Amino acid sequence: MLAYGIDPKVIMAELTGRGAGISRGKGGSMHMFSTEHKFYGGHGIVGAQVPLGAGLAFAHQYTGDGGLCMAYFGDGAANQGQVYEAFNMAALWNLPIIFVVENNGYAMGTAVQRGSAETHFHRRGTAFRIPGISVNGMDVLEVRSAAEVAVAHVRSGKGPVLMELITYRYRGHSMSDPAKYRSREEVQEMRDKHDPIDAAKAELLKRGMAEDRLKELEKQIRSKVNEAADFAENSPEPEMSELYTDVLVESY
Amino acid sequence: MAIELKMPALSPTMEEGTLAKWLVKEGDTVKSGDILAEIETDKATMEFESIDEGVIGKILVAEGTEGVKVGTVIAVIGADAGVAHPQPLPQARGEPDAQPFPLPPAGGAGGGPVRPEAAPRPADPEVPAGTNMRQCTVREALRDAMAEEMRRDSRVFVMGEEVAQYQGAYKVTQGLLDEFGPKRVIDTPITEYGFAGIGAGAAMGGLRPIVEFMTFNFAMQAIDHVINSAAKTNYMSGGQMRCPVVFRGPNGAASRVGAQHSQNYGPWYANVPGLIVIAPYDAADAKGLLKAAIRSEDPVVFLENELVYGRSFDLPELDDHVLPIGKARIMREGKDVTIVSYSIGVGLALEAADLLAGEGIQAEVLDLRTLRPLDREAVLTSLAKTNRVVVAEEGWPQCSIASEIIAICMEDGFDNLDAPVLRVCNEDVPLPYAANLEKAAMIDAARIAAAVRKVCYR
Repeated sequence: MLAYGIDPKVIMAELTGRGAGISRGKGGSMHMFSTEHKFYGGHGIVGAQVPLGAGLAFAHQYTGDGGLCMAYFGDGAANQGQVYEAFNMAALWNLPIIFVVENNGYAMGTAVQRGSAETHFHRRGTAFRIPGISVNGMDVLEVRSAAEVAVAHVRSGKGPVLMELITYRYRGHSMSDPAKYRSREEVQEMRDKHDPIDAAKAELLKRGMAEDRLKELEKQIRSKVNEAADFAENSPEPEMSELYTDVLVESY
Repeated sequence: MAIELKMPALSPTMEEGTLAKWLVKEGDTVKSGDILAEIETDKATMEFESIDEGVIGKILVAEGTEGVKVGTVIAVIGADAGVAHPQPLPQARGEPDAQPFPLPPAGGAGGGPVRPEAAPRPADPEVPAGTNMRQCTVREALRDAMAEEMRRDSRVFVMGEEVAQYQGAYKVTQGLLDEFGPKRVIDTPITEYGFAGIGAGAAMGGLRPIVEFMTFNFAMQAIDHVINSAAKTNYMSGGQMRCPVVFRGPNGAASRVGAQHSQNYGPWYANVPGLIVIAPYDAADAKGLLKAAIRSEDPVVFLENELVYGRSFDLPELDDHVLPIGKARIMREGKDVTIVSYSIGVGLALEAADLLAGEGIQAEVLDLRTLRPLDREAVLTSLAKTNRVVVAEEGWPQCSIASEIIAICMEDGFDNLDAPVLRVCNEDVPLPYAANLEKAAMIDAARIAAAVRKVCYR
């Protein structure tokens, strides 16, 4: 959401259920949208966002506005049947969509090997003739250049692309996840050796960015986060009347 | 020996058809498997194959004849052309043994010809007085509603299984592909969950999709998108993101299609805030409400009924016949009792009201038309007038629309009740296949009339 230019304050306010949140506090962590910024959620049903994304791509194709849809889902969602229904129609109709599987190795507590017969997710489009790319999701520059290839492919009218971003998550799946399904050593190893932000920092230093400039950037980010947290904390909860608004758009 | 060729039933619900074209002529020799004629049913144009050998003696029904009843002798095959003699045209309905499918029982919820209703119908107050009426089937009314809205708004498109090239599994989308082309009339694979999601996503992206389910039984595969994606988005986004999609298709029992193809989802969808649920009965309501549904900014579940598709009703000749969503309609006025119903149940309620009129009971028939938002006021107003209510619903009794109507009468109309409200619903079993059991499981006019007598203490 931040990458789409959405103000972190309204995101934080939504996460904490405040009236100033981007969904007026009625969506929560799973349901944030900004049609203004072309960000369409935020979906709480694992896998259901994939056909919805194909529908957004369909709208781009229908109106001929030249847009495309990026539909993100995890290695867990990749086992939902409707993902393949969407693959089939997206390929059949040449929809402008990039399917992005973020493979972080665990579907909640289930390791990829325990839940997937084919663990190379970029191959999952083969049956639909959707080309797949395997990308190191911990490398900012690799992700960027792979995305450029994918966007160019889709924009040239050749239909969908499947990108697998191999990544990791340090924390549990949710706040109540004790993450007993993996070792501390495994997590520490990823933090120490494969952290994408550390790697990007090292790359910037290597390319000649001054260390002070980086420190300044980090400081700015920290204060932005604090500002957003303060904003959320000091915002009131939604008005009670909000309970009944937005159920329907029209009055009948 | 002459063999009679009878108008075949080419689907379980077919009662009559058009003899579109003869492919043989008198004197032709035919053998088993030869195509004799093209017959247009309520669903498709079918080829009629010979199962016998011989010489076509006499063609008794000319090509182009419409409304040929199933079982009518349409031609005779003789041993040779010389000995065949013309047969007198038999009665409208022939022997059932000549039909590949058993016919549904006449009358009742199983279909059958709708007899002319005796009492005059009150006009819909939404239609200007003096408007010319023409006869129109529900099927055509639905198609015309979509076509008119597609002409009016380029964002409207229709997608679903067999909606384009096949012209609609039930011919509801007939002709739309020709007029609007494949960009706006889209055949999908058999993938309800997927295309319901694509439809919902396209609506979020600014289009006005009409998603046809071949029947709502198959939409159970897709119900997550109807409820979680379409109905909740506006609320979850704080009013920022809309999902103006119409999910439509036949709902409820058809005829002899077994348990998995025979279910009324009205109560399921009517339970969900954020959805509009419409279940019209006649052609005028089908057209006026489908047009309103397509224009609505909210997601709509539009429940049709296969057995009603082919029925003809008065349709107002208006350039733009749009009806308000959420308004019930009095289909017949009466003072003694109110029969509340919707969809195919309305026809049965009217039939029951005709029966009861002969016994001196004047029943008012209220068609809910929209199941969510429900027109509580109309129910309570009619209750205040008649003091007795029976709810007729082609569906299961528990947690039904009937249960909801009873709750409304209890909560807000208790003082007006002279008798407990009764509901007449289908039996509480999966719908059986056998004709006798199916008939026993479904509501009919006789059961509605019996419940009315009970609340009238007659």
